[in-house]
Amino acid sequence: MSRQYETVIGLEVHVELATSTKIFCGCSTAFGGAPNTHTCPVCTGMPGSLPVLNRQVVEYALAVGLAANCQINRQCRFDRKNYFYPDNPQNYQISQLYLPVCYDGWVEIETAGGRKKIGIHEIHMEEDAGKLIHDEWEDCSLVDFNRSGVPLIEIVSEPDMRSGEEVIAYLDKLRMMIQYLGASDCKLQEGSMRADVNLSVREAGSTRMGTRTEMKNLNSFKAIARAIEGERKRQIELIEEGKEVVQETRRWDDNKECSYAMRSKEDAQDYRYFPDPDLTPVVISDQWIKEIKDRQPEMQPEKIIRYQKEFGLPEYDARILTGSKHMADIFEETVAICEKPKEASNWLMVEAMRLLKELEQDPEDMAFSPGNLAGLINLVDKGVINRTTAKNVFEEIFVHDTDPEAYVEERGLKMVSDEGALQKAAREVLEANPQSVADYRSGKEKAMGFLVGQTMRLMKGKADPGLVNKIVKDLLTNRLS
Amino acid sequence: MNILELSALELGRKIKAGEVTAVEAVKASLEQIKQKEPDIHAYVTVDEEGAVERAREVQSRIADGTLKGPLAGVPAAIKDNLCTRGLRTTCSSRMLYNFVPSYTAEAVVNLEKAGVVILGKTNMDEFAMGSTTETSAFGVTRNPWNTDHVPGGSSGGSCAAVAADECFFALGSDTGGSIRQPSSFCGVTGIKPTYGTVSRYGLIAYGSSLDQVGPVGKNVSDCAAVLETVSSYDNKDSTSISRNDLDFTSALVEDVKGMKIGIPGDYMGEGLDEEVKTAVLEGVRMLRERGAVVEEFDLSLVEYAIPAYYVIASAEASSNLSRFDGVKYGLRAQEYEGLHQMYKKSRSEGFGPEVKRRIMLGAFVLSSGYYDAYYLKALRTKALIKQAFDKAFARYDVILGPVAPTTAPKLGESLKDPLKMYLGDIYTISVNLAGLPAMSVPCGLDGKGLPIGLQLIGDCFQEKKIIRAAYTLEKTREGR
Amino acid sequence: MANIISDETIKYVGILAKLELSQEEKESAGKDMGRMLDYIDKLNELDTSDVEPMTHIFSMNNVFREDVVTNGDDRSRMLENAPQQKDGAFKVPRTVE
Repeated sequence: MSRQYETVIGLEVHVELATSTKIFCGCSTAFGGAPNTHTCPVCTGMPGSLPVLNRQVVEYALAVGLAANCQINRQCRFDRKNYFYPDNPQNYQISQLYLPVCYDGWVEIETAGGRKKIGIHEIHMEEDAGKLIHDEWEDCSLVDFNRSGVPLIEIVSEPDMRSGEEVIAYLDKLRMMIQYLGASDCKLQEGSMRADVNLSVREAGSTRMGTRTEMKNLNSFKAIARAIEGERKRQIELIEEGKEVVQETRRWDDNKECSYAMRSKEDAQDYRYFPDPDLTPVVISDQWIKEIKDRQPEMQPEKIIRYQKEFGLPEYDARILTGSKHMADIFEETVAICEKPKEASNWLMVEAMRLLKELEQDPEDMAFSPGNLAGLINLVDKGVINRTTAKNVFEEIFVHDTDPEAYVEERGLKMVSDEGALQKAAREVLEANPQSVADYRSGKEKAMGFLVGQTMRLMKGKADPGLVNKIVKDLLTNRLS
Repeated sequence: MNILELSALELGRKIKAGEVTAVEAVKASLEQIKQKEPDIHAYVTVDEEGAVERAREVQSRIADGTLKGPLAGVPAAIKDNLCTRGLRTTCSSRMLYNFVPSYTAEAVVNLEKAGVVILGKTNMDEFAMGSTTETSAFGVTRNPWNTDHVPGGSSGGSCAAVAADECFFALGSDTGGSIRQPSSFCGVTGIKPTYGTVSRYGLIAYGSSLDQVGPVGKNVSDCAAVLETVSSYDNKDSTSISRNDLDFTSALVEDVKGMKIGIPGDYMGEGLDEEVKTAVLEGVRMLRERGAVVEEFDLSLVEYAIPAYYVIASAEASSNLSRFDGVKYGLRAQEYEGLHQMYKKSRSEGFGPEVKRRIMLGAFVLSSGYYDAYYLKALRTKALIKQAFDKAFARYDVILGPVAPTTAPKLGESLKDPLKMYLGDIYTISVNLAGLPAMSVPCGLDGKGLPIGLQLIGDCFQEKKIIRAAYTLEKTREGR
Repeated sequence: MANIISDETIKYVGILAKLELSQEEKESAGKDMGRMLDYIDKLNELDTSDVEPMTHIFSMNNVFREDVVTNGDDRSRMLENAPQQKDGAFKVPRTVE
């Protein structure tokens, strides 16, 4: 490639809000019901049914908008987006086009390239569609309306991103912010956060926008990164070959690592939006905005400062711990019980992060109770178990949320500090390894480490390591006979 | 005593007094239905068994004193666009030929709570689109006064059923005149209340911003009592209005002394049938005699109501009716290949020509490039029409005029020219655009013996004024 | 007639509204729509430049429900109306190839 290109990316991020009920009816939003068991005449589009707006949806949308530095439309409205598809029971989706709840905001991201503001064009409220299950035995699809009417906000960014890295940083930032607000759990895999990528390329230095495509079906950060790279290459190739980029919606296939156009001659992209006559406008007063601002929880920047002041943690640690609201919650609850912030921080920063990486999980997936981590910290602190044992117990807690005290008791993992027993073991080891003993005595101090290790092993890792060290040394230097 | 000759309230009183039972009343109605239906065809579905069973239950609750209302035990009919749990609801469309709702419309729930017995579902223009009840997929309804003529529409079945004594009252719906015009044609009384007064929950939508449910009765008192019963604030309908003045029967007072009544000049001019005009003016004379102050005035914008209405109603209808797609309920075509053909075939087989016409017009006026020119223009016109009414109601308590330019046309005459049929709604349609209450009361017959209705229009929330005027007119006519 | 509705327009509206019209129906639909639009064009006589579009008659706003689960399971009754159903779901022609 001779010419240099710049990639211009804007995102449409859909976030499922953490309400108990759907946006326009009193059906539960709970996951996992049998098909169509969380439905009613409203969310299945029964004739004569009417929508009534869930107040909490507006509150969450406002909270996110305010956190993203948005302007608020003091009078917003719902519009109908008309298109036929079986997962859309009314064949129109209730959304916001003309007067979205929030507009004109920004969030700041940080990448290797430094800090940057990404503009938010608008945030609007809308209803989710149902689910289509493609039958395995018959040539048909099955419609389940349990998700139909689950509240969404769509966060539309300005085309301010230039790389996959920036996109991931932006998504991370949104996710963290929304999790802090409690407005959604933002799980990409489960679809509670979904991103459509609008991408175009242009020659570096050009100010004209290239033709953009929209990519859908991106359900992990990795898929998003791959899709951006794939689409960037595809568009550049087209341009280099002198062909036109077609403005279209494409579906990303992450297995095949390629995208294909989702076109149908049976569909005209003409949604005939008009204000929904069944819903009244939402008027947002200063008072309401103030109430939501007052209720806004402590966000990451404040937490980082507080962790340094209150718990004496280094800034780096405070930043990692607060990088996920869930992690910060576990940390704070653990500290509240055991009052050992440094220990709690260590466990989370080192062991928890290691396990998350190994298990390919997000911090949000951590499901153990802070009480068990606090219990573990106390066991170590009181000298009931040693650190090696504690690491194993932590894994147990991490995976099975095990009660550490009961577990240590059951498995007999308590640290052995009985000098008699340790001396007996050490003597056995020394007798079995005369060469190492001789090595040590001839000046090879390293040999002692081996002997200590063997003793610990004989004690099945439960020995008090300090004590074992002392006893071995004493035996080698004949202070013990 | 012929039970069928009683009004709804008279029957209610006799049931309460133990002179008639609810079961006897229902059986009398069912017998009349058997007699009359071959000629009239007011009903799409008659729930014979359900009605008798329900009458028994209601009768025992009247006897033990738990049901005390004035309509307890009274048999009624429901327009077939109001959902009734377990009872087929078709909108007179092939599209919903087999649809059995899982819930009951709020207006009907309110009737049931009052002990009303539902006899069945009445015929209508398909999805309430039409002015003659001839667009029904299940055959036309005939005017009980002369079966060569239409009953009007779209609530033609409800009005014909009341006129033919096939029920004691009925519910209809009014989007552009659909209660008032057939009431006029059938010589019965009908009220379209202020938008938001009766819940739309369970009313299968045509034009959501215009639709209102209302009563059709044998006289003004029955209408007031039924309206009082069906009106309620409903938190399932976001456009429902909480009112504390729903005691409409308190307006049944024979007194119009000093009441200021305005007649829009445009309502009495060109296009109005002479016989209709004469009958309406006779009503005016009577009200004047009773002390009303009547004058003619210029309402303005009258000729813009119909075009604005057809844009708004069709646009909303095109969206409201998109849910009928062969997936969840109703008709699905037998043969199709793939999803889109299934949609197209099901909808093309399920909808009749008038419905298709309006859906297409509605999709067009909302489509890319036309939204501002048509849809927003119509909404702006609506605002102007509302302003014109506001100005008029600053001077008048009630606006009076005819309901329709003519009496009921002959069967088969209207559908030939849709636009001409639409023009017949000229006096009723602006009321819906402005959300106003209005009613139709009989004021005479033409030379062919067909009934003529007089329309009384009130400002928003002023149903009581039009009920008082209508009641006074009715009593004055009875006295002649 | 001022408004001429082309066959393409009728075809396009047919796609939007999911209606399949016979040739005869298409012709009359075009004619009817043209006539209606001529009539609707009457609105252009009105100067509405200073008028806000009126979506709702009453200036009601903020009609909300609280976020509390109120609905139970009505699946079986609802599915009784389905033209085709399978495993508690509505059955439709396959949506992806």
